[in-house]
Amino acid sequence: MKLKTLKRLLSYVKPYTPLVVIAFILAAVAVALTLTAPIITGKAVDCIIGKGNVDFELMMKYIIILFFVVIGTALSNWLLGFVMNKISHGTVRDIRNETFSKFSKLPLSYIDHTPKGDTMSVIISDVDSISDGIIQGFTQLFTGIATIVGTLIFMFGINVKIALVCVLITPLSLVVASTISKYSYKFFSEQTEVRGELGGYINEMISGQKTIQAFSYKESSEKKFKEINGRLYKCGVKAQFLSALTNPCTRFVNGIVYAAVGVSGAFAVVGGALSVGFLSTFLAYANQYTKPFNEISGVITELQAALSGAERVFALLDEKEEESDENMPTLENPDGSVSVENVFFSYDKNVPLIEDFNLKVNPGMRVAIVGPTGCGKTTLINLLMRFYDVNSGKISVSGNDITEITRDSLRSNYGMVLQETWLFKGTIRDNIAYGADNPTDEEIVEAAKSAYAHSFIKRLPDGYDTVISDDDENISQGQKQLLCIARVMLIKPKMLILDEATSSIDTMTEIRVQKAFNKIMEGRTSFVIAHRLSTIKEADAILVMKSGKVIEIGTHDELIKKAGFYSELYNSQYRQA
Amino acid sequence: MLKLARYLKNYIKEVIIGPFFKLIEAVFELIVPLVMAKIIDVGIENSDKSYILKMGGVMILLGVVGLCCALICQYLASRTSQAIGTDLRNDVFSKIGSLSYSQLDKFGSASLVNRIISDVNQLQLAVAMLIRLVVRVPFLIIGATVMAFSINTELAVIFVVIIPLVALSLYLVMSRSVPYYKRIQKNLDGVSGIVRENLNGVRVIRAFSGQDRENIRFQKATDIVMEENIRVGRISAILNPVCYVILNLAIIAILYFGGGKVYDGAVSQGEIIALVNYMTQISLALVVMANLVVIFTKAGASASRVNEIFDETPDISDGNGATTSENAPAVEFKDVCFDYGNNGEYELEGITFSVRKGETIGIIGSTGSGKSTLINLIPRFYDTAKGEVFIDGANVKDYIVSELRRKIGIVPQKSALFSGTVRENLTIGNENASEETIKKAIRIAQAEDIIERMPEGLETFIAEGGRNLSGGQRQRLTIARALVREPEILILDDSSSALDYVTDLNLRKAIKEETDNMTVFIVSQRANAIKNSDRIVVLDDGRISAIGKHEELLKTSDVYIEICKSQEVKG
Repeated sequence: MKLKTLKRLLSYVKPYTPLVVIAFILAAVAVALTLTAPIITGKAVDCIIGKGNVDFELMMKYIIILFFVVIGTALSNWLLGFVMNKISHGTVRDIRNETFSKFSKLPLSYIDHTPKGDTMSVIISDVDSISDGIIQGFTQLFTGIATIVGTLIFMFGINVKIALVCVLITPLSLVVASTISKYSYKFFSEQTEVRGELGGYINEMISGQKTIQAFSYKESSEKKFKEINGRLYKCGVKAQFLSALTNPCTRFVNGIVYAAVGVSGAFAVVGGALSVGFLSTFLAYANQYTKPFNEISGVITELQAALSGAERVFALLDEKEEESDENMPTLENPDGSVSVENVFFSYDKNVPLIEDFNLKVNPGMRVAIVGPTGCGKTTLINLLMRFYDVNSGKISVSGNDITEITRDSLRSNYGMVLQETWLFKGTIRDNIAYGADNPTDEEIVEAAKSAYAHSFIKRLPDGYDTVISDDDENISQGQKQLLCIARVMLIKPKMLILDEATSSIDTMTEIRVQKAFNKIMEGRTSFVIAHRLSTIKEADAILVMKSGKVIEIGTHDELIKKAGFYSELYNSQYRQA
Repeated sequence: MLKLARYLKNYIKEVIIGPFFKLIEAVFELIVPLVMAKIIDVGIENSDKSYILKMGGVMILLGVVGLCCALICQYLASRTSQAIGTDLRNDVFSKIGSLSYSQLDKFGSASLVNRIISDVNQLQLAVAMLIRLVVRVPFLIIGATVMAFSINTELAVIFVVIIPLVALSLYLVMSRSVPYYKRIQKNLDGVSGIVRENLNGVRVIRAFSGQDRENIRFQKATDIVMEENIRVGRISAILNPVCYVILNLAIIAILYFGGGKVYDGAVSQGEIIALVNYMTQISLALVVMANLVVIFTKAGASASRVNEIFDETPDISDGNGATTSENAPAVEFKDVCFDYGNNGEYELEGITFSVRKGETIGIIGSTGSGKSTLINLIPRFYDTAKGEVFIDGANVKDYIVSELRRKIGIVPQKSALFSGTVRENLTIGNENASEETIKKAIRIAQAEDIIERMPEGLETFIAEGGRNLSGGQRQRLTIARALVREPEILILDDSSSALDYVTDLNLRKAIKEETDNMTVFIVSQRANAIKNSDRIVVLDDGRISAIGKHEELLKTSDVYIEICKSQEVKG
């Protein structure tokens, strides 16, 4: 399972193959040079034997060689660091971009049902932990292994017996490192999980800040935060401690190796099999040989954190996408007719919602949808825009089954203004231009004017270049709504969906917006979900919905005459008047 | 970063004991090369195998004791660092809770989450390293130098020359890379911001087929992060090789000058090897040092981001206590002016009116006329620029903020439900609410059928932000929540916009009939929603244009007449 994740992670490094090859070569050179240095130092030491017994000429030769070896090592190490940096940050960017573009292909049912904090932490923190794992991990893993192999070769070249002593102690190093990492992995994944939960909670509390303050909920929310935080502390200490064990433990093993090499080396010198200079070389190797084990086990913890992050990233990447519509035809110049035939739909299999829904809308018709809260109006939009697919039945636009044309072409023929506004961080100009292809400034101003947004935009400090965001408090909810309307005005779609869009605009503005809408609705099919009877009265057809079903259809006058649910709604409005 | 040092205070014991044990370990580590020199100079010289074995045993013993000391230190380090991290997170979260909406806005929620999680993590790591390595590394370096002096003073001078050189290169590299780390963190916040926008606006983005555009925007942001990372990597990659060169030059110097000393008989061969070993030890310690410096620089950047939150003084702070009087009006505005502090133009100006206990006040006016601002002054979400607001005869600024808000039940325009059961959500403002109170609030808020239809009634779980409910259901539950508080003042800020007429009407009727002596403010765009109020305040461009009953206003107020006309509201 873990191996599969690792393999998949490595596949993201593939585009950087040339760099990886260069890195391998550099690492090999760096390791070889690093290992040569102690040999030369040892040889130089052998020139210094005792009082009156120093071979200065030979020593100088070794010293000069050592100098060049050192410069070479430094240079190759620097290049290696540089190349690895490029590989890892490139890879991370690629993975992050892929998760994001995956997100844009996920069906809304997934997005609606996954806490936002979770998705956030996958795209941000988990990808970050992959980055740390790869950067730290692979550089050290590779140079580490190269160092181990290289040292062994050099050691065996100098003295087989002492080299064997080193090798015999090696398994101890490995056992210690792998035992520790096995346990710490468990706590690391637990830690990541709790951290995600904490992030989600913070997100939720911040977005509900107004409510928290209004209801003095601060203390309770802090209590809950402390509870999650406390859990994070518990598994954090365990994960930290276990991973911190690696270092002293492997250092202890190093100490044993050092002592063993020292003693057996000294014996060899006494026996005449080794010079003192080579003993010093061996001691340097003993240090260098065990160090990579140390580093690799350190890397393993990094890698494990990266892997558990990667698993969640891949889980997101493996989510089922919306079915591909790549080869489907696009919807070109629809006439605006919409028909809904025998549609059944529900979010939850056990709770049927829309059942056997039929509707025929001719081009240019104005359809008003009314009904009590929760009657399925929002669901209808989800289906018309194909945010969700119907369970059975068929919706067609201009005679085309909407499941047989591309989603983009379907949606771009609708202009949608939702009850909840959405603006992104950017200038007002960019926000209005959102759905259009490179509109001119005149077109943008024109759209803003027809949405009655121009005058307030003009008054902002930077006019159309004012940077705004969705949670901006400097422009009112109604003004945000006007901007969203201007956005639709700009693209002049064939069909409109207005979801209570005018509910937080004041009446004065609303009248003007209404007029503007009336103008663009001419010749366009429109679905309006609004509570205002004035809007509804002008509609060509009124859909009265209740509990997911259309219970009445007709014009205002027809429905009043019918004296059904609609007339009851209508009269209740006037009874109070 | 120093500002956050106070968090170490509670763990002073650990912060001292931990490094102490680490120090012992380091001492042992320093003795090892000395023991090795003895093996060479005494053991080998005299071919004394038992001496060699004995010294080998000493080395292993040093290792075992060193291990025990290290374990104690590691344990203390993990516990302390995690505990401090936990304290910090609690405090940051609590601080966030005391900030006003506009202050939070300044940071953005993505950035706040990053600060609490990633930045505190970075600080946590720094604390662990502080305990584990900060004492050990300099000690190893100084210790190795001292040992070198004990062997030969003249050769030890090499050590003294080398160390400042390494320190200088460390400083140069760090001072150049620190600004990058700060920028990278900021750019990462930008990336999170885009993700958040996409999560919130997924429907709109798809409706406008904006996915490609969003992908490009996101890719641009990640490209910047990558480029900055590579740039800073280029600088920090210099550090290790430079240190390596300096240290090996030192080894060359030891060999060169040492050769002469040995020739003169001032130094032994074994001692030369020991000196080389000490230099290697320093080089290893310096590698750790370089990492430490990176960790601390990152922590420094993180600390300043955390401190930015701590340094934010809450806009609103508690007063000294309010003296209320029975007979005073429930709410009174006296010549109140207000501005959001951006352009000097008043959002509200010269607002004066008072409301009797139990009165229902409607507030109407066009977008931007200041309706929401006006009612936000009552629970003191903002402070007035001029003039005062009184509740029960006491200035709102004199109240303890939580006491003031305890009197008020407010349903804001964008009301939030939290993940948790319906019951938990309803009792947020009044955790000791009786079953009866809850039932009554649900009945008044017209939410009985919502609860009835839920599979587990009040115990049904609501997803984050109330995603599994419709807009109207959410609104009714938030109204019920305000009522569960049994407030003296109820404020509905355009909060029935998602309700249909019948429900809205029944809601208003129920509020009137079933609550006695509750002062009610209804803010609305719809004349119908407020026309039955005891009095109506008509706002126009931040000023009160008229106050009065529906019928009166229909005769006197042009603004009001126009609103009613446009909405086909009859007299």
